Amino acid sequence: MLPAGALLLVFLTYPLALGTWLGFTDAKIGRPGEWVGLENFQFLVGDSVARLSLFNTLFYTVVASALKFVLGLWLALLLNQHLPFKSLIRAVVLLPFIVPTALSAIAFWWIYDSQFSVVSWALERLGLIHEYIDFLGEPWLARLSVIAANIWRGVPFVAISLLAGLQTISPSLYEASSIDGATPWQQFWHVTLPMLTPIIAVVMTFSVLFTFTDFQLIYVLTRGGPLNATHLMATLSFQRGIPGGAIGEGAALAMLMVPFLLAAILFSYFGLQRRAWQQGGGDK
Amino acid sequence: MSDKHDTRGMEYLQSLPRRWVTLYVPLAVFLFVLLFPFYWMVMTSFKPNEELVSRAANPFWIVHPTLAHFEKLLFRTDYPLWLWNTIVVSVVATFLSLFAAVLAAYAIERLRFRGSREVGLSIFFAYLVPPSILFIPLALMVFKLGLFDTRWALILTYPTFLVPFCTWLLMGYFRTIPYELEECALIDGATRWQILVKIMLPLAVPGLISAGIFAFTLSWNEFIYALTFVSSSETKTVSVAVITELVEGDIYHWGSLMAGALLGSVPVAVLYSFFVEYYVSGMTGAVKE
Repeated sequence: MLPAGALLLVFLTYPLALGTWLGFTDAKIGRPGEWVGLENFQFLVGDSVARLSLFNTLFYTVVASALKFVLGLWLALLLNQHLPFKSLIRAVVLLPFIVPTALSAIAFWWIYDSQFSVVSWALERLGLIHEYIDFLGEPWLARLSVIAANIWRGVPFVAISLLAGLQTISPSLYEASSIDGATPWQQFWHVTLPMLTPIIAVVMTFSVLFTFTDFQLIYVLTRGGPLNATHLMATLSFQRGIPGGAIGEGAALAMLMVPFLLAAILFSYFGLQRRAWQQGGGDK
Repeated sequence: MSDKHDTRGMEYLQSLPRRWVTLYVPLAVFLFVLLFPFYWMVMTSFKPNEELVSRAANPFWIVHPTLAHFEKLLFRTDYPLWLWNTIVVSVVATFLSLFAAVLAAYAIERLRFRGSREVGLSIFFAYLVPPSILFIPLALMVFKLGLFDTRWALILTYPTFLVPFCTWLLMGYFRTIPYELEECALIDGATRWQILVKIMLPLAVPGLISAGIFAFTLSWNEFIYALTFVSSSETKTVSVAVITELVEGDIYHWGSLMAGALLGSVPVAVLYSFFVEYYVSGMTGAVKE
C-alpha cells in the first residue's frame, strides 16, 4: 500500500495541485511565476484561438463519441452473432486500439496526403472527383478527417467492451420476448438497450474522457492547423506551455478541461450506482 | 438476431441472402476499414520511392518491393536505440507499477482498514485523470528533480496512469479469490506477507498477466510525456522519435516513416496476439467492475 500511495501522492496529487496553482501564475520556462489571480483565465476567455479550441474540442468530442457509440454498438451486435472464425475476427478488430496511436496516425497522415492520398486516387479513378482532396488543408475537411481517424481508433474499444456486456444478457429474455411476438427491432429496443445501459454509461464515459483530452492524433496529423481549426485544448495547452514557454497559460488551459472531466466522471459514477442497484434489485 | 445462443436457435428464420445483407457485408466493411491503414503501412514501407510518388501506378500493389527503407532506418538512424529505450522504459515501468499495484490492491481488498472503500474509489478516479492535464506540472517537477531528458523521467511518471489502472484491475481479481483460503493460512500461522506471496499471487497469475500486458502496451504507446520530458535523440521512445526525428523539414520520407511505424507497432501487436484473451478480459473487466 505504501509504495503505491507514496508514488501517487508525489506524482499525481502533487502535480494536480501544482498545476492548479500554476494556472493562477505567470510562470514561464526557467522562471517561477508570481500569483496573478484570474488573469490567465481572463486572457484565455478573450483569446479567439482559445475559444476556437474549446469549440473544436466540444465538436470533436461530441461527433466522434456519438459515431463511435453507434458504430461500436453495431459492430458489437454483429460480432455477437454466430460467426465462423469468431475469435480471430474479434482479435483482429481490436488491433487499431492496440498499436501506438502516434504510429497509426502516421499511416493516416499518409492516407490524407494532399498529393498522393490513396483515397483521392481511388475516387479519381472511379470518376467521382477531378482534383485530389486536400484532407488536412481546409478547416472543416481537416476537422472531419481527424475525427474519422479518432473514430477508427476508438470503435474497437467500444465494440469489444459492449460485446462483453451483450454476452451477459440472458438468452431467456430473448426467448420470452419472441414468444410474445417481438420483432428483432423491438427486441433490440426493449431488451438489449435497457440491459446494456449501465455498461454503455461506463464505456461512453471512458470514451468521452479520452476523446476530450486527446493529444497524439492531432499533434501528429495537423499540429492544430490549418488556421488552428483542429487545435484541441490539450494540444493548445501543450503548444502554449512547452514550446511557447508560457507555463502558466498552458496550465490554465489544462485546468479549464477539468470541469468537463468532472462532469463525465460523475456521469460514470451514477452509471455504476445504477448498475449496482440493478444487480441487487433484479434477479439476474 | 442478438445473442449467440439465440441466433443458433432462430437462425432458420433468416434466409441466407438476408444474412449476407445484415451480417456479412457490414462486417466485411468494418474489417476492411479497420485493417486498411495497416495494409497501407506495410505496402508503403516496402515500396521504392519512385512508386510512392507516381500517380500512374496502382497504389495498392508493389511492383518492385524493396528493403531500402528498413535498411535506412536500422543502420542510418538511431532507430535501434529508440526501440531499446522504449523497451527499457516500458518493462521497468510495468514491473514497478505491478509491484506497487499488488501491494495496494491487496491492502485495499483484504486488510479492510478504515476508509479502504474510499481509497479504492479514489484510485479509480486517479485513473481517470488524463495525462493531458498533468504534463505541464510534471514537466516542472522533472526539471527540478534533474531528471529531464533521462529515461528515469519516463519510468517514474508512467506509473501515474499505470498504478491506478493495475490496482483497479487486481482489486477485482483478488475479490474473486475465496477468503477461506487466507483464513486457513492464517490459522496455520502464515504471516500476511507469506499469504500474499504464497497464496494470493499464484492464484492471481492470470490477473497479473492481464495487468502486465495492459501496462506494457499503455507505456509503449505513451506519447505526451515522452514528447515533453525528453529532448535528445538518444533518449527518445519510438513513437516520439519517429515523428520528430524522421521528418526533415518539409521532406517526408514516407517509406521510412511507415517502416518506423510498422516496426514500432509489431512488438505490441505480437505480444497482444499471444495474450488476446488476457487482454480482452483485462479491458472488459476494468470496464465492468
